[in-house]
Amino acid sequence: MVESPSMTLPLAPARPLTALAAASRDVAAARLVALGDAARLVFRGREAAIGPAGEAFGVALPRESCRFNAAGGRFAFWLGPDEWLLLAPGAEAAPIFAAIEAATSGLPHSLVDVSARSVGIEIAGERAAFVLNQGNPLDLSLDAFPVGMCTRTVFHKAEIVLVRHAPDVFHIDVWRSFAPYVWELLEDARRELA
Amino acid sequence: MLIITCPWCGARPEVEFRYGGEAHIARPADPSALTDQEWADFLYNRTNPKGLHAERWRHIHGCGRYFNALRDTVSDFFVTTYKAGEPRPDIDASSGGNP
Repeated sequence: MVESPSMTLPLAPARPLTALAAASRDVAAARLVALGDAARLVFRGREAAIGPAGEAFGVALPRESCRFNAAGGRFAFWLGPDEWLLLAPGAEAAPIFAAIEAATSGLPHSLVDVSARSVGIEIAGERAAFVLNQGNPLDLSLDAFPVGMCTRTVFHKAEIVLVRHAPDVFHIDVWRSFAPYVWELLEDARRELA
Repeated sequence: MLIITCPWCGARPEVEFRYGGEAHIARPADPSALTDQEWADFLYNRTNPKGLHAERWRHIHGCGRYFNALRDTVSDFFVTTYKAGEPRPDIDASSGGNP
């Protein structure tokens, strides 16, 4: 078997939104931004491994349901009682992976590099929640979905991770093959906005 | 849309969940000691009640956890939900289905 050069290279970053974002209309009430590359790790572990993993990553893993912690430009999202998504925008995954592996060595856990699996979309503006609600049935009022909340949920038929960074700023993390689907449905939902 | 209360995440829309069949059915500790009839009962036979039904649900597009729910099969009303591993709440069937 002939070995092609691509077999030895790491997975290229996923950028399925470049063309769509370039052709996107600027709507101040609900701005869409395709976010850049990021290191993404999924950590799952039992009690003993949770603390050391957070220390090695630089952000304590939140223990409260559907909340995230942020520090030094990195984020730890609660996805389940033993599952977290660790996000470091613009960073390389390998050194973070090695640091967490070293800190949790010998403790039952799983750590997976999913950097190439999903892409980020930011939707910001006073009608951002309205646009998201075209495809997501959650109550996005500040009482029910406060700043600092994150959760896995759905947008139309695609599974997403939805994060609220500020009252008018949401982030979506979506599997890259679903990203154009989500982007175009977001575009469709904000067509009526000036 | 039906609202289901996940014990971890709170009230969520039905589309985030998957049904997981009847709850509180323990796998026999020693399947080879069972008769064919007993094994068939474990595999296939369910209570199928008219009224309160303890069943498993999974918050698949959320925290991913399995949990148990008491649902009235007549009205489709969720009387309560509770974490996997907890005993079935002692709720009278006559109180179910009347929100």
